[in-house]
Amino acid sequence: MAPDTATIALPAADLEDEAAVRHHHPAWTTTRLLLHHRLFVTGLVLFAIVVVVAALAPWIAPVDPNKLAMRQKFLPPSPEHLFGTDNFGRSLWSRVVWGAQLSMFIGASVVLINAVFGTLIGAAAGYFRALDNVLMRVNDALMAFPAVLLAIGVTAVLGPSVNDVIIALGVVYTPRTARIVRSSVIVLREMEYVQAAVAAGAGHWRILRRHILPNAMAPLIVQLSFLFAYAVLTEATLSFLGVGAVPPTPTWGNIMAEGRQYMIDAPWIITIPGAALMITVLGLNLLGDGLRDVLDPRLRIQQ
Amino acid sequence: MAGIIIRRLGSALPILFIVSLITFAMIHLIPGDPAVVIAGLSATPEQVANIRHDLGLDQPLLTQLWRWYGGLLHGNLGRSILLGQPVVYATMLRLPVTLALSAYALVITLLIGLGSGIIAALRQNSWVDQVAMVFAMIGISLPNFYLGLLMIIFFAVQLRWLPTGGYVAFSDDPLGWLATSTMPAISLALLLAGLLARITRSTMLEVLRQDYIRTARAKGLPRRLVVVKHALTNALIPITTVVGIIVSLLISGSVVTETLFSIPGIGQLLTQAVLNRDYPMVQGGLLITTALLVLVNIGVDVCYALLDPRVRYDGA
Repeated sequence: MAPDTATIALPAADLEDEAAVRHHHPAWTTTRLLLHHRLFVTGLVLFAIVVVVAALAPWIAPVDPNKLAMRQKFLPPSPEHLFGTDNFGRSLWSRVVWGAQLSMFIGASVVLINAVFGTLIGAAAGYFRALDNVLMRVNDALMAFPAVLLAIGVTAVLGPSVNDVIIALGVVYTPRTARIVRSSVIVLREMEYVQAAVAAGAGHWRILRRHILPNAMAPLIVQLSFLFAYAVLTEATLSFLGVGAVPPTPTWGNIMAEGRQYMIDAPWIITIPGAALMITVLGLNLLGDGLRDVLDPRLRIQQ
Repeated sequence: MAGIIIRRLGSALPILFIVSLITFAMIHLIPGDPAVVIAGLSATPEQVANIRHDLGLDQPLLTQLWRWYGGLLHGNLGRSILLGQPVVYATMLRLPVTLALSAYALVITLLIGLGSGIIAALRQNSWVDQVAMVFAMIGISLPNFYLGLLMIIFFAVQLRWLPTGGYVAFSDDPLGWLATSTMPAISLALLLAGLLARITRSTMLEVLRQDYIRTARAKGLPRRLVVVKHALTNALIPITTVVGIIVSLLISGSVVTETLFSIPGIGQLLTQAVLNRDYPMVQGGLLITTALLVLVNIGVDVCYALLDPRVRYDGA
């Protein structure tokens, strides 16, 4: 009997495996692939550290980032003053941590604006041919401006506040996102299953929402993770130039700009926020690379 | 050939038109009265009225639009409030500085980016490849002003090898130009070199997998010849399309790099204009820079068509 059970057991095990595979939700497969992607996990950890620090700012950096202490100017990093102090004796730890919160807020807001308007514009242009020409001409014109130049141009018009910086970055980057959504929608629109849905009498809204957009999400998600990095980087650039959020609001960019005068004696005022900025951008770039490897099947086969 | 150029110019015209319309609209999108904003808080009503008149803001919108395009066709974009010079003149005065710096940065980008990308692809998955890709990743994640500041602290302040900033024209003193431009050019180039290395590597890998490469190797051609003649020439074609993006990023990067190193180029000019609410200068500078970029992109497309016969035949 023993050999028989062995021979029977084999296909049974196969069946079980198949069932197991079938019962896994596709999202689970993707998550598992991502968690096995070393660079993605590295990026996720780096980004998560920044997000957690930003979220816990009131608890881990209770000292007011704008509290002046003229007797404690230019203290180098030490256990007492983790990141040292600046030219006004302000705690650099507090300033960098609160700067992280602002960076994350601006990055997330720009990503949200892009996700909503980029999808709307891209889907409208890709799906309705009558709109394509007009929308894409304006889109191309906005993309023709060098990104930082357009951003400082918009802040010149609107003014240097956090909200205006978010709008400026939205204006600069949404056209780029719209273009990516549009190109996915154009390909999907011609797919047979979409034609079948049209033949079955589904309306435009239903086709877009149920059949096209869910399949256009992968490239959008990849784009949004890189976009978060660009938004954080460009925001820092704007505030470094003095056209972003204005002091005393601490941002990584304006802390570094203020530190320029003292870089000989107190280089930590520049190096620490710069390192924080770099870790954030590096984490998001790694995250984006990982997402692209896993979510974009065309590239996955090539790897 | 001429057909491609004409077609590309034709498709660029509506873009240039919309770009000029956006720059025209900028001053009208200022919340409140633009003349008051430009004049500043301490201005007298008379000064405000003068500015309003000088900028033509007291005219009907259509008249202003008519003047804007009339001026544009005559190469007149108004006067800079801050400098008192015509906007076109002020821009043209600083353009060579930005172009020289960009060209220097572009050379560094191509040398490092193409070189490391090709080597990484040829030694795929080796330690050379991994080191190159780690550096490329750091390159694209390192903000250019941070790199610039670190270099100033290290090479200018600590080692005193190079000046902390300033600019010497190449025509005045080539060595002085090299001394003042090297750190800015490197800080501009590193991001782009990282970007280019990644693109070059993946394009090369794609080409190296093609059947004709295997055929070339199978018929006994030496590897070196196949790599240089068959793979590289074909990989460079799609890479040319990236040059347009690289030039756009160079101009973007020059804004902060020029400000950081006190280089009197377009980037510094525009930053000063924005900080001083010199709107005619902001509008004109943006328009001229973007128009030049559109022309660069047309040039890139034409080169692409010249290099790739498939595009040429499809397009003609």
